[in-house]
Amino acid sequence: MGLIIKEKEFVIPGDIVAEGIDYLPAGGVFREKDKIIAGQIGIVSVDNRLIKLIPLTGIYKPKAGDVVIGQVVNISFNGWSIDMGFSNLALLSVRDATSEFIERKSDLSRYFDFDDYIVAKISNVGKGNLIDLTMKGHGLMKLRDGMLIDVSPSKVPRIIGKQGSMINLLKDLSKCQVHVGQNGKVWINGDNCEKLIEAIRVIERESHISGLTEKIEKLLGGR
Amino acid sequence: MMVTATNAYNKRMDGRNFDELREIEAKVGVVKSADGSAMFKIGDTIAIAAVRGPRDLYPRFMQNPKGGILRCSYNMMSFSVDERIRPGPSRRSREITLVTENALMPAVDLSEFPNSVVDVFIEIVQADAGTRCAGICAASLALADAGIPMRDLVCAVSVGKVGGKILVDLNKYEEDYEDGSSDMPVAFLPRRNEISLLQLDGGMKKEEILNALELAKKSCVEILEVQRNALMGKYKNG
Repeated sequence: MGLIIKEKEFVIPGDIVAEGIDYLPAGGVFREKDKIIAGQIGIVSVDNRLIKLIPLTGIYKPKAGDVVIGQVVNISFNGWSIDMGFSNLALLSVRDATSEFIERKSDLSRYFDFDDYIVAKISNVGKGNLIDLTMKGHGLMKLRDGMLIDVSPSKVPRIIGKQGSMINLLKDLSKCQVHVGQNGKVWINGDNCEKLIEAIRVIERESHISGLTEKIEKLLGGR
Repeated sequence: MMVTATNAYNKRMDGRNFDELREIEAKVGVVKSADGSAMFKIGDTIAIAAVRGPRDLYPRFMQNPKGGILRCSYNMMSFSVDERIRPGPSRRSREITLVTENALMPAVDLSEFPNSVVDVFIEIVQADAGTRCAGICAASLALADAGIPMRDLVCAVSVGKVGGKILVDLNKYEEDYEDGSSDMPVAFLPRRNEISLLQLDGGMKKEEILNALELAKKSCVEILEVQRNALMGKYKNG
């Protein structure tokens, strides 16, 4: 009864995390009869009676409210289809795209063309993975110039840091523009991006090591 | 190699015990561009599996709005056996693709990914019997590496009867043993205690099959430990 695998322990799919009805399964674990079982590779996290996994691998799973970076892959009569690295495309409808008035039958590629990258927010994740995006909000925009790098979606929280501490550090020290999408896409623009890319790679690789902030400060501040 | 006609198979060619597996090596993350990948080596049999997805599924009529589908592909490389085998799909590889898919299906949960597909590619680099089992072991590691929601890992091993003896993990020599050899690949979900693949080539009595299954389950637990260590090797320290 109770927890079988302690908090912060490593689990693989099929491991029994807890027995009995004292705990509730959240993300990454599931219940089978009276056992709570891990469904992914991850680290166990216990919050009161809630057990969830911090996944160490896997594709990005969309959540309402997440800011993501995606690419326009299709334009239909009422909006754009956006690829954000998930198995299903997301939909950005004309209504949510700009505050401008868009006339009926107007050419939507004037706003966002094929292959354009945008920063958008997920407004709703419906049944069957119908994902709605919105561009109305602070910092949501079309991306011009710059470059895009891929990181593992599970490392994004470390790149952002507590209340954005890490990302602000990156922005301040490198003097680059940075946008991080929850889906593991990082857009950067500015001179001297090489150091910044290196720093992001270090965060990705050594995300579990304490004293990471000092290390990044040293890496970026030393120039 | 000529096999002399003796009825008793008292000792195995490679000196193993009858319930002893060949040496196993497993490694996760061998194909960098794939979402998940693994290598599984048992004796001289080497399988590499790569997982891509979940991703959009085309042709469209194959899409299932209730959940994603699993699509496997099993292939032996032309140099994997002594005599070159013709590349491309064959009757045999189509069969193994099907049974692999059915063996992995109960372990994965794709209900979160409607209209999409998870592709599993299994390549046999070197074959010395038990390739479908090695393929399934590699595929299950690769699926876990790709972060696909899973109910359990899948372990697979072949058991059989060679010269009247029940033994585990046959090699090519034992599979071709002249005085009667039957082999039975078994895929096993250790936690759920379920068998997801059971084929039999040859003939065995009911008791023999039951004994062989017990042996297979015992060996699968050993394989699970190897798989666990392989996954830890990649993720525990980073």
